[in-house]
Amino acid sequence: MSAAVVVGLLAAGGTYLVLQRGVVRVALGFTLLGHAATTLLIAAGGADARGVPFAGAGPGAADPLPQAFALTAIVISLGLTAFLLALAFRSRDVHGSDDLETTEGER
Amino acid sequence: MSGLIPLAFAFPLTAGALGTLLRGRRAAQRLLTVAAALVVLALGVVLLAEVRTGGVVTDDVGAWPDGLAIVLAVDPLAALMLCVTAGATLVALTVAWARGEDDHPLFHPLVASLLAGVALALVTADLFNLFVAFEVMLIASYVLLALRGGRDQVRAGVVYVGTNLLASALFLLGVGLVYGATGTVNLARLATAVPGDPAALAGLSLLLVAVAAKAGLVPLHGWLPRAYVHAGPAVTVLFSGLLTKVGVYVLYRLTSLILVDVTGLAPWLVAVAAVTMVVGVVGAVGGKDMRGILTFHMVSQVGYLVLPLGLMTVDAVAAGVLYLVQYVAVKAALLAVAAATRSLEGSDRLADLGGLLRTRPALGIAFLLPALALAGLPPTSGFVGKYLLIDAAFAAGSWWGGAVMLGVSLLTLLSMIKILTGAFWGERPERPDPGHVLTATRRRVLVGVPLAIGVAAVLLGPAAAPLLELARDVATGLVDPSGYLTAVVRP
Repeated sequence: MSAAVVVGLLAAGGTYLVLQRGVVRVALGFTLLGHAATTLLIAAGGADARGVPFAGAGPGAADPLPQAFALTAIVISLGLTAFLLALAFRSRDVHGSDDLETTEGER
Repeated sequence: MSGLIPLAFAFPLTAGALGTLLRGRRAAQRLLTVAAALVVLALGVVLLAEVRTGGVVTDDVGAWPDGLAIVLAVDPLAALMLCVTAGATLVALTVAWARGEDDHPLFHPLVASLLAGVALALVTADLFNLFVAFEVMLIASYVLLALRGGRDQVRAGVVYVGTNLLASALFLLGVGLVYGATGTVNLARLATAVPGDPAALAGLSLLLVAVAAKAGLVPLHGWLPRAYVHAGPAVTVLFSGLLTKVGVYVLYRLTSLILVDVTGLAPWLVAVAAVTMVVGVVGAVGGKDMRGILTFHMVSQVGYLVLPLGLMTVDAVAAGVLYLVQYVAVKAALLAVAAATRSLEGSDRLADLGGLLRTRPALGIAFLLPALALAGLPPTSGFVGKYLLIDAAFAAGSWWGGAVMLGVSLLTLLSMIKILTGAFWGERPERPDPGHVLTATRRRVLVGVPLAIGVAAVLLGPAAAPLLELARDVATGLVDPSGYLTAVVRP
């Protein structure tokens, strides 16, 4: 239950920020959405099983698969956040702002 | 044979990594990327010959225990798509070389990584692995789009990256929900586990929205024409053949395995496909430059490719597959003509062009032949594809799907005529001649590539029988996926 609330809050915050105009805010929004997805993946493995995810570790062992998913997703979202921030930086260089609405020019 | 499958993405990935190390040595980079595309093409041909008659080759990477293992599987559709995407990559690489677009030190490594992601997406039978493949492919494409770093590229980059990141986040959330409900990400196991389970269906709907956005289906198409026109012209050729087509491929795979058992979905697929066709072609008719018209067309054509999924008869799916193969080639040729026009005339805006048929007759023919194929006029390959699609739609009782396809074909022709009258007929507006910036050999290659594809598209019309037989083999495996299911689920 608490995992569901956390995912809901993170996704709501992320959605709000993604709908903003500045690219930096959008990047922060995607970070929150990424955390929401990571938390959901971990919760999908069963929030009660928290033992060491080794083969033969007994009934309380956590599901190793969602942990592998979450790790992969974290790495990908880190790289993409870096790229979005680089785009925001470049946008300030060529447009003078990271806000796309004020830079809407030809086409 | 099965041990060869990982090569399809391992080789391009290695080529990309080596290419990054060889930043200063363009010839070595070129060699690596072309070799990567040729390896994928060769693998596709070999695997296609192996699985042609209903077989499925699988590889259990790392031999992990069942449930943890990522299974790779190649059926006729995956093998055919490997050939098609590798071919499109080779065309794009040739155009990029001729235009001097591959001079950026990261161009070749990025193309190789993109191809690696595409190949992995085609051969994987694992939902989470599919997400990873999508990301490998998209990250390379984000950088390729923004490579030139100008004003338009940055703005297009933010739209493109933002949309696809959102779709990826939805995809990941969908994978989490589906795994939570069913406890597996193996596509074949999901085929039996998902359809009756409401919680898994909720996750599946998120996946579906994400894939539809990546494929460019209306109403999730807005990013495509906005982003693609600002990429380098050769990069547009590459994106057209690879990115949205992988989205369509995943839709084919998911429909064949899972969606076909979800009751009440089929009419919606037909409806979405029909709306996509209409919106795409109307946008294309309103375009002001060659690439603007052609990229909006991609949206419309995705509709043609997805409509057979709502019918799911062997005839319809075979027509869709045949259409896909010839469409990738034809669209690559048209975008190559736009790229050539930009190099030779300095612009591809219709207002800046005119009289090209007189001054550059070879380029005119190179545009005309694939344009006829895109509009679906006999005797081209496009005619065969569209005829079979429309025939299959009527045969499956979807008369209005067929009617929409007929109407959209007319508008497609109209948009092609718009380019024809704007750029190739009439008088050239008073404008300084850009002069020859390219060597004679490169200019000949720029015109020769689309010309060759155009001639092939015309010849393929009357000689479509072998390709149609192949498409029927592919479609049989999709409509009855029992071979794929038993091969991917291990005992």
